[in-house]
Amino acid sequence: MRKGLVSVCLTTLALTAMPPVYAEPTQADIDRGKELAFSRKDGNCLACHKIDDGKLTGTVGPALADMKSRYPDREILFKRIWDETQFNPVTVMPPFGRNMILNEEQINRIIDYLYTL
Amino acid sequence: MRIAKVILVAVGATLTAPLALAGDTPEEDRKETVEYFQQKFPDVPLEEFVNGQYALDEDRRKQWESMSDFPPFEFAVAEGQEMFETPFANGKTYASCFENDGIGVRQNYPYFDTEKKEVITLELAINRCREANGEEPLKWKKGPIASISAYMASTSAGKKFDIEVPNDDALAAYQAGKEFYYTRRGQLNFSCASCHVQNPGNWIRADLLSPMLGQVANFPVHRAKWGEMGTLHRRFTGCNRNVRAVPLEAQGEEYRNLEYFMTYLNNGLPVVGPATRP
Ligand code: HEC
Ligand code: HEC
Repeated sequence: MRKGLVSVCLTTLALTAMPPVYAEPTQADIDRGKELAFSRKDGNCLACHKIDDGKLTGTVGPALADMKSRYPDREILFKRIWDETQFNPVTVMPPFGRNMILNEEQINRIIDYLYTL
Repeated sequence: MRIAKVILVAVGATLTAPLALAGDTPEEDRKETVEYFQQKFPDVPLEEFVNGQYALDEDRRKQWESMSDFPPFEFAVAEGQEMFETPFANGKTYASCFENDGIGVRQNYPYFDTEKKEVITLELAINRCREANGEEPLKWKKGPIASISAYMASTSAGKKFDIEVPNDDALAAYQAGKEFYYTRRGQLNFSCASCHVQNPGNWIRADLLSPMLGQVANFPVHRAKWGEMGTLHRRFTGCNRNVRAVPLEAQGEEYRNLEYFMTYLNNGLPVVGPATRP
């Protein structure tokens, strides 16, 4: 109950607090994003997605490539990683933001990295 | 709502569908489950589903077959037989607690006890037998209980599962198990069905996901990852942990109901436990 409330607040916060324009990410931001996406205890995106030079990648989700051209709107990409069930209620992709697996800052670093693909 | 329909929605995406299923008879569920998996894997003969991931991937299967000359569960079966045949302090044996002296009965477990109104799994029956004869119960997830269960399963090799749902109480237990299988849980928000209905045949990291149909038939198993035998409820615990959910108690009511539902779907398929898995 309490957790539910917290995560609702976080959702609102994350979506409204997001600045419309992004500064160019530094190489450190991008590296950090890759680390978060690959690490088993954080994003563990490789469990389901083929990404870049990731090893032992799963086949549950589509390969993540050409992200900038496919997701010119950064906010949409953010929302999907925050909670893909909003787009597809029966998806198996974990709602990373809603369930507090990753915070807003971490998701933004992952996006910085995904935009280099 | 029927399993097959829910699954179609799942594959076709975007529509809102409650993944809890209600109102079917178990037999309808079973038929639809068989149909769904046969459509999804048209090249896999029905009886092969009891081999889990090995039914779905040629390379994995070859590795598996190459080790079947010296199966790592053989020691457990021998140990289990010895324990099974050794009398308790009061002189009786396990045989006294089971139909047909406990030989060739695995395919009837779990069953619903209409008097006690609960699901009785093979491991529960083993421990209740011990307690009825003045012995301490065994630990649920590995060790001696897995060996005895492995021996008993081995005496049922090839027999077809024949699980009954005799009355409304039993149906309620079955439905509870079904609901458990389809309910999302844990920080990662997965249901059992997310992996074993929506994604069998897919790789999740380096693991190949097995289908719901056939699961259970191969237990207990020797897993390379464990380096030893384990019971089905040990596996349940692991799958719950993987999704960062708090695992429930082995042989608690929820897991027994879950096993009852899952095993019912295997009616007509052969007992192949004990087996090996990665
Ligand atoms: C357990 C599986 C799983 C994990 C883990 C996972 N995803 Fe996904 N993801 C999926 C699936 C399945 C889809 C397909 C769309 C759907 O199901 O709604 C998807 C879709 C996506 C999409 C849209 C894909 C496209 O091509 O348009 C993005 C972006 C994405 N995931 C990013 C991520 C990121 C970033 C992570 C890690 C932080 C991640 N995913 C972790 C399963 C997963
Ligand atoms: C995030 C994915 C995931 C979820 C969710 C999941 N499992 Fe699994 N499960 C696996 C993997 C991976 C394996 C090992 C590969 C295989 O045999 O499928 C496995 C194996 C199993 C096996 C052994 C199959 C065999 O042939 O020996 C059983 C039984 C099982 N799972 C039941 C469940 C149940 C019941 C639930 C829900 C409580 C569940 N799983 C949830 C990933 C999952």
